[in-house]
Amino acid sequence: MQLSRDDLKRAYRGMFTIRVFEERVNKEFALGNIPGFAHVYLGQEASGVGVCFDLTDEDYIGSTHRGHGHCIAKGCDVRGMMLEIMGKEGGLCGGKGGSMHIADMSKGMLGANAIVGGSPPIAVGAALTQKLRKTGKVAVAFSGDGASNQGTTFEALNMAVVLGAPAIFAFENNGYGEHTAASYAVGAPSIAERAKSFGMPAEVVDGSDFFAVREAMGRALERGRAGEGPYALEIVCSRFLGHFVGDPQAYRLPEELAKARANDPIPRFRARVTEAQLLDDADLDAIERDIHAEVEAAVQLAVAAPRPNINTLETDVYLRY
Amino acid sequence: MSKKTYSQAINEALRQEMRRDPNVIIIGEDVAGGHGASGETGGVGGVFGLTKSLYTEFGPERVLDTPISESAIIGAASGAAVTGLRPVAEIMFVDFVGVCFDQIYNQAAKFRYMFGGKAKTPMVIRTAIGAGLRAGAQHSQTLHPLFTMVPGLKVVMPANPYDAKGLLISAIRDDDPVIFMESKLLYGMEGEVPDEAYRVPFGEANIAREGKDLTFVAFGAMVQRALAVAQTLAGEGISVEVIDPRTTSPLDEEAILDSVAKTGRLVVIDESPPRCSLAGDISSLVAEKGFRSLKAPIGKVTCPHTPVPFAPNLEDEFMPNPRRIEEAARAVLAYR
Repeated sequence: MQLSRDDLKRAYRGMFTIRVFEERVNKEFALGNIPGFAHVYLGQEASGVGVCFDLTDEDYIGSTHRGHGHCIAKGCDVRGMMLEIMGKEGGLCGGKGGSMHIADMSKGMLGANAIVGGSPPIAVGAALTQKLRKTGKVAVAFSGDGASNQGTTFEALNMAVVLGAPAIFAFENNGYGEHTAASYAVGAPSIAERAKSFGMPAEVVDGSDFFAVREAMGRALERGRAGEGPYALEIVCSRFLGHFVGDPQAYRLPEELAKARANDPIPRFRARVTEAQLLDDADLDAIERDIHAEVEAAVQLAVAAPRPNINTLETDVYLRY
Repeated sequence: MSKKTYSQAINEALRQEMRRDPNVIIIGEDVAGGHGASGETGGVGGVFGLTKSLYTEFGPERVLDTPISESAIIGAASGAAVTGLRPVAEIMFVDFVGVCFDQIYNQAAKFRYMFGGKAKTPMVIRTAIGAGLRAGAQHSQTLHPLFTMVPGLKVVMPANPYDAKGLLISAIRDDDPVIFMESKLLYGMEGEVPDEAYRVPFGEANIAREGKDLTFVAFGAMVQRALAVAQTLAGEGISVEVIDPRTTSPLDEEAILDSVAKTGRLVVIDESPPRCSLAGDISSLVAEKGFRSLKAPIGKVTCPHTPVPFAPNLEDEFMPNPRRIEEAARAVLAYR
């Protein structure tokens, strides 16, 4: 499907929002405004936005510990996200979840997930709901190259085939499971080959190219929406920063990091759409200005917001002792 | 003897045992770190740096970086243990045990008994426990009651650097599977730790503070909190005895009963939800075997029956904190 000018603006908006949001998370973490840990999505923007671009609020995604980008791509409110990440009242999970557990059921976002390999089985279940109700909707499990080595993932891949669930396994291969390279930890020639061996179509995609990701996802969606079963994408991308904010990354040489930056998905998108004269620099600059203002406002709001009311400690449970 | 942190004590125990016994291996995620990357290999030493530099000394044959595959890590450790090695497996955060619990409680824990006493499974599972780091619901649990109820497992909760080293050496030399629970809040705690190898035996409580009016029983990171409240109460002339059982299984019942026999009053401080907790377990022990000693109902300070919340104020209230411990102590002391 050809993308309109509005579509292209929406894609750029999504990717640039993730970029500015995550750079700000990095900064606010250093300032002490973000408790705990944070794992940022910088460098992987084209993957999240490409996968989620043609999904509706009724399609589901499950995410990972590196989930902020998926949340934004799926339409979660950046103010609610920033409040949640800072542990404040009004956060998307009331401050109970934090960075690794942001969820928004109204957007079909089944949660970031702090257990590696946690999402794939959940996505199979969400896909089964669609199959049984004949909604034509799908469920996507984002997971990393690290999660591709978990037993839960193998079981989910197989069961999705056996049950014919419209699940899409989006493996974001950013080269690293925490601090260990996928070249060491993934024994198979590729994650896509591994997925194929379970009996589903799978392909390797350039994860720094929004258009390539969206097109591959289009094939997965076509199959899922037609009720023909699961599909897997191995989205090859780069993690600009370490596993968590503050990871010194001595295990990566400067040349490798520079190479990752040279393939930045955002300038690539900009060059492609401006060279093709689909959008001009003024269009894109206007989007950037809007987003800077939006993220700034979210940070201001979240920094000033109070902590959750202490009485909420024991709400959202069915039983107290 | 020199000052070392809890982390350094653990690292030293691992190094000394690996030097002593070639059967000791380390297996887990990023225990070396950097495998297959363009830069340094072995410089990570686990997410908290506990196994740092062991790879440099012992190499890839004995410090095994694994894929993120907890079931296979624990299963492989069990299989290696039952055939002659002494693996020290790492589950980065205890929360991840959900992925591999079968390999622990149906496999490793049962071999010895189920095979009619013909198998030994000398393995250690090191894992980081506890709330307080704002790490959210899936990286902050303690889960010691879950392991303590499994026959065949030994469960260790070191509360200071000295015990961390001595208990880990005991764990590595033990012929049964041992869950070694490291309190994240204590990794930076300093204390006197002998340079040479030594053992702290299982099932022998540490009387962390002697007293006569009230007994606190606490585990892991909660021992420091119990000691702090005991110190506060001492300012009012109230003498609190603090018992750190060191291991929840085996449990030093005698030390707890002896202390309650002396003080007549007990508060158990336990970082877990209230039901089926160690607080409940120890209360039941004292009600059964120390009933005549009791001058007041037993006090319990636990977490609420909820997952661990993320927001700092909620998490601080979730954990047994000095205010809640002090309130429980005063209620037990006031009972006549």
